[in-house]
Amino acid sequence: MDPHSLKKLNALRRDRRAAILLTDLGDGRDRVICEGDAVAGALGEAVARVFRSGKSGVAEVDGRNFFLNVHLPAPRLVVIGAVHISQALAPMAKIAGFDLTIIDPRTAFASPERFPGVALHAEWPDEALARQPLDAYTALAALTHDPKIDDPALKAAFEAKCFYIGALGSRKTHARRVERLMDAGVASAALERIDAPIGLDIGAATPAEIAVAVLGAVIRALRTRGLEAGSVST
Amino acid sequence: MSDLVERDHARDPLMIAEEWMKAGRDVAIATVVETWGSAPRPVGSHLVIDADGSFEGSVSGGCVEGAVIAEAADVLAEGKARMLEFGVADETAWEVGLSCGGRIRVYVERLG
Repeated sequence: MDPHSLKKLNALRRDRRAAILLTDLGDGRDRVICEGDAVAGALGEAVARVFRSGKSGVAEVDGRNFFLNVHLPAPRLVVIGAVHISQALAPMAKIAGFDLTIIDPRTAFASPERFPGVALHAEWPDEALARQPLDAYTALAALTHDPKIDDPALKAAFEAKCFYIGALGSRKTHARRVERLMDAGVASAALERIDAPIGLDIGAATPAEIAVAVLGAVIRALRTRGLEAGSVST
Repeated sequence: MSDLVERDHARDPLMIAEEWMKAGRDVAIATVVETWGSAPRPVGSHLVIDADGSFEGSVSGGCVEGAVIAEAADVLAEGKARMLEFGVADETAWEVGLSCGGRIRVYVERLG
């Protein structure tokens, strides 16, 4: 392995950027490909497939054997609102392999007793997200119903190009939310990205069932996310 | 999914390989490039080895690491990468293999 490739790969991984180490198994030469880099032809198709699936593997292109070793950042889930749904979502997300953070400035909700063992910030989203910014490998679920708390977090999620953005609320509540955010200057393309009503349509009724629906939607977004150029550049 | 939950960079073989390289040690990197059947470690897993035989990471559940470390010494000496293949353990032949019944290919290369 080329020492420069190793250094570049490790630096990208520290920065939570997705990367592939491409090795030509014939001559042993390698190079690092960042997500969003243009790679032409059949090799480009293999690169896109591996980034999307997150599964490393061998690909034969033009009679040459390549190994594509993909390194994706650990997916994070940031939940706005230390509410009843979040209490069910926290352990489920952990089991599914997500690094979970809950943010809610209302200290009555955001109490360690209600969320044992969870990374919990009893702060406004702007404060908590300044310390640990959102990125393209982070999902955001806004669950407070309170525009003062949810809206700033949603704006931050659009800017960071979070791979999933969901917001709790009925169609009526969501229509008002879209109106508010449009007035605040958010582009309609960004607003269309909001998963609302939140979660997979499984007829969820209880807080725990809604948590399942939200987690399902997050996983679907992670596994089918687009690979448009520059989607993870900061 | 385990490859996605790689939070502990302190024990990460590629981070360790970089540290060893910066400390002036010769390093070989072994990578699982293909698996068939049940294999203990997924494609992309790394074992890193230095010239003294110190190692970090894994390419199997401990079944073939010894053989890979021995091959790594040759790769470090010669500089040429090689592909190793391990199949089911054949106890009567005293061969190194995988007790789980799977088969894996491991690419071993020198860093630099």
